[in-house]
Amino acid sequence: MSDLRPAMETLERIRTRLEAAVAGAELEVVANGAVAAQGSLRVDAAHAVAVARFLRDDAQLQLDYCSNVTGVDWLDRVVRTTVRTRRVIDGLERELEQTTEHTVPGYLEAVYHLYSVALRHGPLVLRQRTADRADGARVASLTPVWRSAEFQEREVYDLFGVVFEGHPDLRRILMWDEFRDHPMRKDYVEPDDYEYEPTPHDEVLAKARRHYAGAGGDRA
Amino acid sequence: MKHTPGWGLLKGLFETARNFVGSYYQPGRLTTIEYPDERLPVQENFRNFPMLIYDGADPERGLRCVGCKICEKECPPQCIYIVLERDRSGKVQKRPRLFDIDVSVCMSCQICVEVCPFDAIKMNTEYELSTGDRFGALLLRKAELAKPNEYYRRLHPTEAAEVDARLAAAAQAKAAAQAKEQAKLTAKPAKPAWSTQP
Amino acid sequence: MRAQAGDLEMRGAFAAEPHGGGGRSAGSDAGWGAGAGHEWVRPAEPVGRLEGEWLEVAMGPHHPSTHGVFRMNVALEGERIRKLKPVFGYLHRNHEKIAEGTTYLGSMPYTDRLDYFCSLTNNWAYALAVETLAGLGVPERAEYLRVITGELTRLLNHACLVGFLLHDMGTMGTPLMYAFREREKILDLFEALTGARMMCNYLRFGGCRVDVPAGWLAGAQRVVDEFPRFLDEFENLLTTNEIVLARSQGVGVLSGALAVNAGITGPMLRASGVNYDLRKVDRYGIYDRFNFRVPLGEHGDVYDRYMVRILEMRESVKILAQALKDLPPGPILDPKSKLRGFRPRAGEAYGRIEAPKGELGFYLISDGSVRPYRYRVRPPSLINLTVLEELCLGHTVADAVIVLGSVDIVLGEVDR
Repeated sequence: MSDLRPAMETLERIRTRLEAAVAGAELEVVANGAVAAQGSLRVDAAHAVAVARFLRDDAQLQLDYCSNVTGVDWLDRVVRTTVRTRRVIDGLERELEQTTEHTVPGYLEAVYHLYSVALRHGPLVLRQRTADRADGARVASLTPVWRSAEFQEREVYDLFGVVFEGHPDLRRILMWDEFRDHPMRKDYVEPDDYEYEPTPHDEVLAKARRHYAGAGGDRA
Repeated sequence: MKHTPGWGLLKGLFETARNFVGSYYQPGRLTTIEYPDERLPVQENFRNFPMLIYDGADPERGLRCVGCKICEKECPPQCIYIVLERDRSGKVQKRPRLFDIDVSVCMSCQICVEVCPFDAIKMNTEYELSTGDRFGALLLRKAELAKPNEYYRRLHPTEAAEVDARLAAAAQAKAAAQAKEQAKLTAKPAKPAWSTQP
Repeated sequence: MRAQAGDLEMRGAFAAEPHGGGGRSAGSDAGWGAGAGHEWVRPAEPVGRLEGEWLEVAMGPHHPSTHGVFRMNVALEGERIRKLKPVFGYLHRNHEKIAEGTTYLGSMPYTDRLDYFCSLTNNWAYALAVETLAGLGVPERAEYLRVITGELTRLLNHACLVGFLLHDMGTMGTPLMYAFREREKILDLFEALTGARMMCNYLRFGGCRVDVPAGWLAGAQRVVDEFPRFLDEFENLLTTNEIVLARSQGVGVLSGALAVNAGITGPMLRASGVNYDLRKVDRYGIYDRFNFRVPLGEHGDVYDRYMVRILEMRESVKILAQALKDLPPGPILDPKSKLRGFRPRAGEAYGRIEAPKGELGFYLISDGSVRPYRYRVRPPSLINLTVLEELCLGHTVADAVIVLGSVDIVLGEVDR
């Protein structure tokens, strides 16, 4: 039914206008492989607030409502590229395969879903990427632009460990203050506070054995 | 509209009085029942915890479950635990030796029922399961889970009729296929398949 | 603890408080229990003059007016609220982490447990997001069944919320019990259809799980026909009640501009006069076929939020009457959908619906496997609490209770 809605500009057009309006902003249109194909716009952290202000205040966009803020954890991944070359070896032409591997470093993302209440269009998906998954996990907070990001950015900080610079009140929201790790990260290992249950599955049983081995008894 | 002070309160009191008096004779306003003495009838679609269906009289032999472990894999809270039967030589048999459901973990979501290709697991409607034994009694073993098909028919008559019809049709189709196979074998007894080719 | 009236920057002091299950204060130098581990320590300095000093009180987490386990740290001057900080996390179950470890279908019963009053709309939002992700269609009969169950859910949620709100105002349960009586009739319908009263787990990607049993539609029609009578009764009891008017009018005023900027959705947004109802804006499902209006408030106070919900119930009754009349025969599940081995193409999608509490959205990222790579719930209850401090400032403690009641939260969804 989206055809009944007044259409928003295409992402490419928005990007062109943004580049003119916000000097120096690095923008990238990220494609989406799903059937719905809601594309997104990636913005660098240094210009994120200016870009967000523009998106909110521009007369044609008026994206005054930030619906959803969330984080995504992308781990380091190995990309294999196979190159086929034809070479003449011993007078015969042969096809050779060369596989090279290189590691794409992981990063965290903060994703914002923006809508316009005034013009009733959307969503525009805005993404910010961190430099890495450790000390460089920093992006700009958009809470000064949209109040609705306040608790959600706190949640992303809590569960993913993304630091939002410029957030007025950045502290844990769902986990308790003394909690150390960030549970929604993909490499999070849950603590071994184990309670033996009467139906041990294979891996549960193994874990119970490990847990109770230290206590000197094999209760499982 | 002009608002007379106190009129809103009076209207509200009148409404409560109407409900109070009405609760003595209007059946629509009588909403509570005296539970252990009286019980509400169980609705046909009501579900509580899973049970295993067996055909015939013997819960061991008649069990429809073949131990394919699909339900164990698909169960969202992972409350099903299956160990397959093995014969003396260690060969895996097509029936479960252990089939445990931890009902303190089960959330009655019915996904095991939906994914079961053999109509072997269905939802029970028994709900008075409270017990003082936290671990033992809330772990239902195969013997406690196994229920005859008649019981299932009594609980969910509409659904059971569909299942029975489906199983009967499948059995018929299987028998027909087997008869056909048999007929083929008897028609061409010893000829290997490749020899018929030119 | 005490803080000087002039000390406006209290965030640091709030941040150092014990939070969550641990109960230990993290090296608080400016708060209670400095260096005292988890033990409660009275302020060393005896409280002297009360004038000009603020008193900090923790309302909740175990307080009947907080609708669950929710804490409001309030700083009071006399009985007036000068600062308020909501504290979350007591019911956090890491729903999203569980969902990322299970299949797409396996998360469906977990969504029931988000906002446990409205399991059917939760199912709908999740199913809609997955359908957007995988491009599944929904047969017409299933769309109608979704509208019928969804609007019944709205009826029961609003009825109960109004009951709770009035309970918070001190009606001692009378409207609440009337609401629960009506809710019970709707829950009986849900049980007859889905097998469970609250944890329905009814929708599937591309349709619904079962078709309606015999006689169900007549029962639903009866409930829908009787519902306006209950609403009249409710309104006689409450709408012009002088105590209700005195307690709720002008309390907790939220301006439309702030509501939009803070991402407030649902009846709370519309009570502030902003016409934004996703059933009209997105026209998801088949909502463009029904004739209904969107009630709007004018002042954005507690009374408007109450009234908007009452009017929304009347509109829902209208939608239900039309949907029950037009329900077509046909299949209820898209033939392309499958239960096991469901693997959407890699990509992402955001699907949202107008749940009774506001915009409920699901954001999914697929990596082509059977499990979602990222699964995110956009909880209306949590985001509607963003402005709680603004709504309560300057009001009394008793008003904070009804302001919270009018926000309409369920902690299962706030903390997830």
